[in-house]
Amino acid sequence: MNSTSPQPAARPALPELFLRDLRAAFPESAVLTRHEDLIPYGFDGTAALRQLPGAVVFPRDAAGVAAVLRLARTHRVPVVSRGSGTGLSGGSIPVPGCVVLCLGDMNRILELDTKNLTLLAEPGVITQRIYDTADAAGLFYPPDPGSMKISTIGGNVSENAGGLRGLKYGVTRNYVMGLEVVLADGSTVWLGNKCVKDVAGYNLRDLFIGSEGTLGVITKVLLRLLPKPAARQTLLATYASMDAAAETVSAIIAAKIIPCTLEFLDQRTLRCVEAFAKVGLPTEAEALLLIETDGHPAAVADEAERIEQICRAQSALAVRRAASADEATRLATARRSAFSALARLRPTTILEDATVPRSELAKMIRFINETAARHQVEVATFGHFGDGNLHPTFLTDERNQAEMHRVEAAMKEIFDYALSLGGTLTGEHGVGLAKKAFLPRQLGDPTLELLRAIKRTLDPEGLLNPGKIFD
Amino acid sequence: MSSANHSTQSDASGNLLRSLDYSVLQQCMHCGMCLPTCPTYVETGRERHSPRGRIALMRAIADGELEVNANFGEEMYYCLGCLACTTACPAGVDYPNLFETARAEIERKGVLDSRKRRSVRWFALRLVFTRPRLLRALGRLLWLWQASGLQSLSRRTGLTRLLPGQLADLEPQTPRIQRHFSDTLIAPVERPTGPTRHRVAVLTGCVQDLAFSDVNRATVEVLLANGCEVVTPRAQACCGSLHAHNGDTTTARELARRQIDAIDPDSVDAIISNAGGCGSHLRHYDHLLAGDPAYAARAVTWSRKLRDIHEWLAEIGFRRPTAPAHAAAPEPQRVTYHESCHLCHGQKVSRQPREILRALPGVELRECAEATWCCGSAGIYNITQPETAAWLQTRKVGHVQATGASIVATANPGCHLQLENGLKRATPAGAAVPSVVHPIVLLAQAYAAEARATGRAST
Ligand SMILES: Cc1cc2nc3c(=O)[nH]c(=O)nc-3n(C[C@H](O)[C@H](O)[C@H](O)COP(=O)(O)OP(=O)(O)OC[C@H]3O[C@@H](n4cnc5c(N)ncnc54)[C@H](O)[C@@H]3O)c2cc1C
Ligand code: SF4
Ligand code: SF4
Repeated sequence: MNSTSPQPAARPALPELFLRDLRAAFPESAVLTRHEDLIPYGFDGTAALRQLPGAVVFPRDAAGVAAVLRLARTHRVPVVSRGSGTGLSGGSIPVPGCVVLCLGDMNRILELDTKNLTLLAEPGVITQRIYDTADAAGLFYPPDPGSMKISTIGGNVSENAGGLRGLKYGVTRNYVMGLEVVLADGSTVWLGNKCVKDVAGYNLRDLFIGSEGTLGVITKVLLRLLPKPAARQTLLATYASMDAAAETVSAIIAAKIIPCTLEFLDQRTLRCVEAFAKVGLPTEAEALLLIETDGHPAAVADEAERIEQICRAQSALAVRRAASADEATRLATARRSAFSALARLRPTTILEDATVPRSELAKMIRFINETAARHQVEVATFGHFGDGNLHPTFLTDERNQAEMHRVEAAMKEIFDYALSLGGTLTGEHGVGLAKKAFLPRQLGDPTLELLRAIKRTLDPEGLLNPGKIFD
Repeated sequence: MSSANHSTQSDASGNLLRSLDYSVLQQCMHCGMCLPTCPTYVETGRERHSPRGRIALMRAIADGELEVNANFGEEMYYCLGCLACTTACPAGVDYPNLFETARAEIERKGVLDSRKRRSVRWFALRLVFTRPRLLRALGRLLWLWQASGLQSLSRRTGLTRLLPGQLADLEPQTPRIQRHFSDTLIAPVERPTGPTRHRVAVLTGCVQDLAFSDVNRATVEVLLANGCEVVTPRAQACCGSLHAHNGDTTTARELARRQIDAIDPDSVDAIISNAGGCGSHLRHYDHLLAGDPAYAARAVTWSRKLRDIHEWLAEIGFRRPTAPAHAAAPEPQRVTYHESCHLCHGQKVSRQPREILRALPGVELRECAEATWCCGSAGIYNITQPETAAWLQTRKVGHVQATGASIVATANPGCHLQLENGLKRATPAGAAVPSVVHPIVLLAQAYAAEARATGRAST
């Protein structure tokens, strides 16, 4: 983790001429420069990282975005794109002397095409609204990051966000059919279309998915929707050990069942979530699996039955089914609050995102616990078990230097171990600033050099979110 | 609202935010989960107007990176204090404490000071709302003004237009003052006709008492009907919520002491509040007086025994009325419920009022969208931030109208007035204006109808 000092550095001033031009191009309410207005844009959801921007600008359309990028280029000012600032790797944290380009005011849903099952949205639309709009038309937008009630679709695409339904439905990438992107030179390109198949030219759309604002600014997103599953069933299984829970996951997948959701919570997380959400979670259990199957009613009934049997065979203490759709929603909502709820315990909450092949889950979990004990740091773990995606969360205090050093040491070992199992540093939160130092080890020099070459081609001046992902 | 004791002391510079336990500020891990529930953020889309933004500003002050200045002052008075963010926050951030400390620091520094603001604050916070008799005398005058027809005369002749801008806008919002205040309607001690199961004290409030003494009477009625002996001390002081909310912690503490002097918490099973805003503050006397050795222990008992009326009724298993309030009505009456911010977010009482409404015969409860959103009343917010208040009022009234309800139930005097005025304005001429009623008044009416139906005397 890259822990910059908790005291933000003095604010390098933006060129006067840049500010003058910016003010001339946008209404007063769309350009923020006062200290009190800027402080709240100095951080995202990542712990212990802060940096004041020089200004924040809110364009209303792609032309406005292009205007900002052109001015930035003329005056050599770095640009950091931002959705809702819920990122967990520091992607939208300002770089010194930058302008933050916030897409929150570009928040219209432009089209819902029920013939082609697509939805066209501006980047500032909140993920939840996309889900709700599809839902109201009998359709389904599956990616549901824990932050969905406030994250933007532009931010989701830029981080290739996952969610609770990744196991069966995949991640944001699997739903992006097209993107409108403004490039560093201010030109606008369309990548993709409504066709189910398209092999004309390189697949550049995918290049921008997960690019963390370093290659261009996304100004429109064309999304693929699915028919709404006719039935859903949620199950809760509790365990006396994390191992048993991990074994259950492997057993379910080995039985060729792909549930829509296979979420894991350890006891610490369970207790924090229950303290907030009060949905009646069994706080005495060491580990809990939240499982959901969806689809045709008959298939759901059959799968639920088989899953229940597998859980019991893997020595679950108890298996309970949600009594109603309402209860199922309450449970999923409670699970989404896990990360924030853990902040109840200690002042600083650092969330990791290590992901391993699913067969290695039990080993990874064991290693995390051993490592935490060895370094005398507190860790709570939850995650998208079905995806092999774990969120070991360090509960610490950023003002305690000694403890922060131990946290960093433990974190490094966990990353190394995940890589040794054929895993990745980050399954869904991105590299940003927080994982930048570890990326070379995972990718190796040739791959990293390829990344750099792409960056140089698309952003020769290095003004788009510089210093994120790699230097 | 809570106001932790540590905000009494201050660091060497005297800065209250700096002396606040830093972990209270650090508790916010800036996840943003509170943003979509914050009305001011939804209105502007700017982080500074969000809970997480405001906390960041407070933290910058505590860290010495930002001065307490007029911009910060305005920000903290733009915040509604509606506490929707505390319900949304999974991390358990103590926003009420931060909010009150910030406002107290703004007042201490006087960054918003102007002659006019000073005199208005002095008049309201220090003079009127600390002296129950003066408040009543003013209320009486206002009643005379309304009852004598002078009000409508001067409205018709345009006399009210002579009032300065903002005051003229407010004039139609002044509550309809009741002919009788609680002292006349409620005896100091009333006993149920049946067996006495509990002994409770009823807080009559100040605005509640002037404008809604009928709610106080209804509160006593339903308590009696449920086997409670009711003690109601005369001429009660204001609970101090207005003061704590507006940065005047000193007066808030003084008023809390007076309340505890008037009602010995050891002498009753519960202390009952029927106004969401007051109850939210009254519950936290333990925090407020923690630094006062003479009162701390009693304040703890006080807070432990404080109950919102709906909460208390649900707790003791209230009796379900058997006859509809309006026996003649052929169709069920459609009621919707607007949650007072400080009842649902401040006191987490949300289920119980609905339980009561659902228990009313001949009443159908229709949920309205955004029931937990602020209506814009927010204490004196509609005076200080009329535009945002009006926007919230319109939004709320729209949702209420969409339910087709003829009655809006709500349990806070501020909300009551805000809804009443909004509905009056939004209802087309000739159409019936939905009425605004406290859930407890509906329950009392149902008990009364039941008594009439069975020929029993109302207990
Ligand atoms: C409580 C909580 C739960 C979470 N749960 C999950 C989860 O389950 N799964 C998951 O994957 N993530 C999760 N996240 C992480 C985060 O919410 C996601 O990464 C989300 O996609 C970020 O969206 P945002 O709008 O907040 O983007 P921001 O944080 O503002 O930005 C993220 C990155 O995208 C770039 N960016 C934003 N908009 C644009 C644009 N229009 N064009 C180009 N670049 C852009 C920024 O520069 C930055 O690099 C969670 C976060 C929190 C706080
Ligand atoms: S939800 Fe709580 S922790 Fe998250 S940003 Fe809001 S106040 Fe802070
Ligand atoms: S109290 Fe209300 S207005 Fe103030 S920050 Fe919280 S949600 Fe927003």
